[in-house]
Amino acid sequence: MTKRPALLTLALWLIPLAFLAYFFYQPLVAIFRLVFSERFSQGWDLFEWSQISKPLSFTFLQAFLSTILTLVVGLPAAWLFAKFDFPGRKGLRAISLLPFILPTVVVAAAFNTLIGPQGWINQALMALFNLSSPPLKLLNSLPAILLAHVFYNTSIIIRIVGSSWSRLNPRLEHAARMLGATPWQTFTTITLPLLLPSLLSASLLVFLFDFTSFGVVLMLGGPQFSTIEVEIYNQAMNRFNLPVAGLLSVIQLGITLLVTLLQNRVNTPRYGKAALNPERSALSRPHKRWQKAFVIFMVVSLILLFAVPVLSLITRSFVTLEADRGQRGEVAIGLTLRYYRELFQNRSGSIFYVPPIQAIRNSLLYSGVTILIAGLLGTLTAYAMARRARFNKFLEPLFMLPLGASAVTLGLGFLLIFNRPPWANSTFPLLIPIAHSLIALPFVVRTMLPAIRSIPESLREASRSLGANPLQVLLKVDLPILLRSLLVSLVFGFTISLGEFGASSFLSNPHAPTIPVAIYRYISQPGALNYGQALAMSSLLLLVCGLGSLLIEKIRLPGEELF
Amino acid sequence: MSKKILLLTLTLTLLLAACTSTTSPTQVPGEPTPLTVMTHDSFSVSQEVISAFESANNIKVNFVKGGDTGATLNRLILESLSGSTPGADVFFGLDNTFLSRALEQELLEPYNAPQLGQIPAEFKLDPENRALPVDYGDVCINYDKAWFEQNALPLPASLAELTDPQYANLLVVENPSTSSPGLAFMLATIAEFGEDGWLDWWQAMKDNGVQITSDWETAYYTNFSGSSGRGAQPMVVSYASSPAAEFIYAETELSESPTASLVEAGMCWRQIEFAGILKGTKNRAAAEKFVDFLLSQPFQEDVPMQMFVFPVLPDALIPEAFQKTVESPEQPASLAPELIASQRDAWINAWINLMLN
Repeated sequence: MTKRPALLTLALWLIPLAFLAYFFYQPLVAIFRLVFSERFSQGWDLFEWSQISKPLSFTFLQAFLSTILTLVVGLPAAWLFAKFDFPGRKGLRAISLLPFILPTVVVAAAFNTLIGPQGWINQALMALFNLSSPPLKLLNSLPAILLAHVFYNTSIIIRIVGSSWSRLNPRLEHAARMLGATPWQTFTTITLPLLLPSLLSASLLVFLFDFTSFGVVLMLGGPQFSTIEVEIYNQAMNRFNLPVAGLLSVIQLGITLLVTLLQNRVNTPRYGKAALNPERSALSRPHKRWQKAFVIFMVVSLILLFAVPVLSLITRSFVTLEADRGQRGEVAIGLTLRYYRELFQNRSGSIFYVPPIQAIRNSLLYSGVTILIAGLLGTLTAYAMARRARFNKFLEPLFMLPLGASAVTLGLGFLLIFNRPPWANSTFPLLIPIAHSLIALPFVVRTMLPAIRSIPESLREASRSLGANPLQVLLKVDLPILLRSLLVSLVFGFTISLGEFGASSFLSNPHAPTIPVAIYRYISQPGALNYGQALAMSSLLLLVCGLGSLLIEKIRLPGEELF
Repeated sequence: MSKKILLLTLTLTLLLAACTSTTSPTQVPGEPTPLTVMTHDSFSVSQEVISAFESANNIKVNFVKGGDTGATLNRLILESLSGSTPGADVFFGLDNTFLSRALEQELLEPYNAPQLGQIPAEFKLDPENRALPVDYGDVCINYDKAWFEQNALPLPASLAELTDPQYANLLVVENPSTSSPGLAFMLATIAEFGEDGWLDWWQAMKDNGVQITSDWETAYYTNFSGSSGRGAQPMVVSYASSPAAEFIYAETELSESPTASLVEAGMCWRQIEFAGILKGTKNRAAAEKFVDFLLSQPFQEDVPMQMFVFPVLPDALIPEAFQKTVESPEQPASLAPELIASQRDAWINAWINLMLN
């Protein structure tokens, strides 16, 4: 392509690396320098290694189990969405993304209305089998943590693996079948090796997400479970034992690095040129009996997993259960718009009241900027990674590290570095979309990379030989092939930013909260109206996310149908 | 092409950031003095009350929220340690469980506010007046009135009675290492049973099936049967003012709150909230005016409905809905702030070792 490929690769790296160095490594180094300084040395006095080994082994165990379970659910689902056309396909695909953005407090509430001791599953079971106590004891247990992780992360597998799967050339599979391979042989020798790069990418993301899990473990697992991230929070925020928190963060970062390097070492076969599907879509209606059975089974399972908790949450935001004088039994169940109406009222006259439209606007503004930053930087990074250069394997893991950085540690680092102008006190806190971009970047890179690698150089060469300039090659060859993956990664960036709570609450101007921050304000106060408003606000969050992601996926290139 | 767009965007965003920042620190004569107040997530004040203060004193107050009380305090300590000028002028929301940490780190400057004379001595825990009391509230066990009525169970009259088998599996508490009401309640048990006896009580509670959650939200909305979450436990560690919030923020007009607090002697922990002027502030005069404002009648009377706590000023008027539903314990538990500071970690460790392992 050029005479000095290494130089071009470096140029591609330049801006993303500068961004990462300034906004990620700088604050991280600052906080580590402070907490490991002499000043905090007394923090080691009561230190025992069991403070680290115990949460560490549990963190590994739950992350490993969660990832396996997520794959068990996610792979068939990815196949379903990649291959089959069925009524409600788009809706179900959109719903599968929704759990990704829900704040943990709200998921805990939704799970409680479903599987809690008074939840309707237990109520039904008790009524059905005449039991005196709830048979299902899921809350505050390891299964609750695993279930929540599957609930949150299956969409990562569906989106990343699914987008690769739909791009596979069906002719390869057909050829294998023609040559006498069984469906299983075809899957293991043709499909699986071709899917492996995106499969490993997606699994790595899921693993790292589970590995650094915080809210799920705290709220659904209950206090007897502690991951490293929970322990970092505990040491830093409650004990103010910064050196131990710092050591835990270093360990967490080290393991993230190790896992990423290990995954890169697995020899992933690159897509052959023939693996690319020249046709736009390979969706087919299920016609064989087993296909129909599979589709029905998967649709029902996915509805149970995703739609039911989400719908029960939305339903609850329209239902009143109040009884007067705290009397039980005579609970009047009725439909109400009260919670939604109440959102528009500032009953206490507080200066921190935010109208729902304002919160939605704030959230959309942040996620818009996040998409812009993460999309551009991520695409540049993915292009750089797709090129063959010796230093690539050293640079690549640098971009995965933000996923393993403890939010508490990075947050404290942000405070140290960015607490003065131009960053502090600005009316538009750019730091929020920047923090969101740090989380979204690995997703964009991991989604784009397999797609970029799948572009056959021969196509570019052909267009060049026909007289296309580099820009035309990019627009006419690369973009149409990449568009689907680009949109998938934009949807990820959008949802990550929309649902993110920690950094937003930390960095946002209290007068301009995002939707999740507003939800938290309601649910952290007692009172039926506050609870109802939290659910109503959550439903609005789901609506905004659902509409937004559908809209992004609707983007089509002019003339794309021809491709 | 994408690189050009990126460069353009980066330049634009940097310009934007630069523009917005240059306008704030410079001060024109006649322009209001900017004053930054660092506070916790639960802080609130009425629009009219703060606006009246701002226009009367030509001050523009900028609130920064740093998370819960502990997180906000740690943020201030970290800022002071990093050697930069403080990011705020006033700190509101320090409580008596964290008081010693703030004083040891020398975060605050003394200020002998004129209203201090009217504030009862029991609230003034810092003799040097670096931390000035503003409001107080109690952490108590809330109970589901209807549940106790229906099951014809007498209410427990002391912490000791809670270990009785008739209250088995009926109480949910928060983990003191992750929750501030959880910590407050643990401190109440230490005050009640002494440093030798409190762990025995918790052992008995463990045997009696006490439920534990990590945070107040889960305890209240997932476990507690008296809340809208309709959980399984009819008793929860919450605030004495929570029944007032249930009454005021009910879906339909209620004649009384569906919940109430257990306020017998030694069952509640009193949280006192303090404000202080941050060391090194360049706005000392405006900061003093703001602290005076916190202790003035308008703010003190605003406090109950905004934050569901009581004002420290004895003659501040308290709204009827609040007065009617909040029971105030006559003998709340208390411990010396220095003792809390020196023993907090050891107590929390002991609690975790006993209750979670």
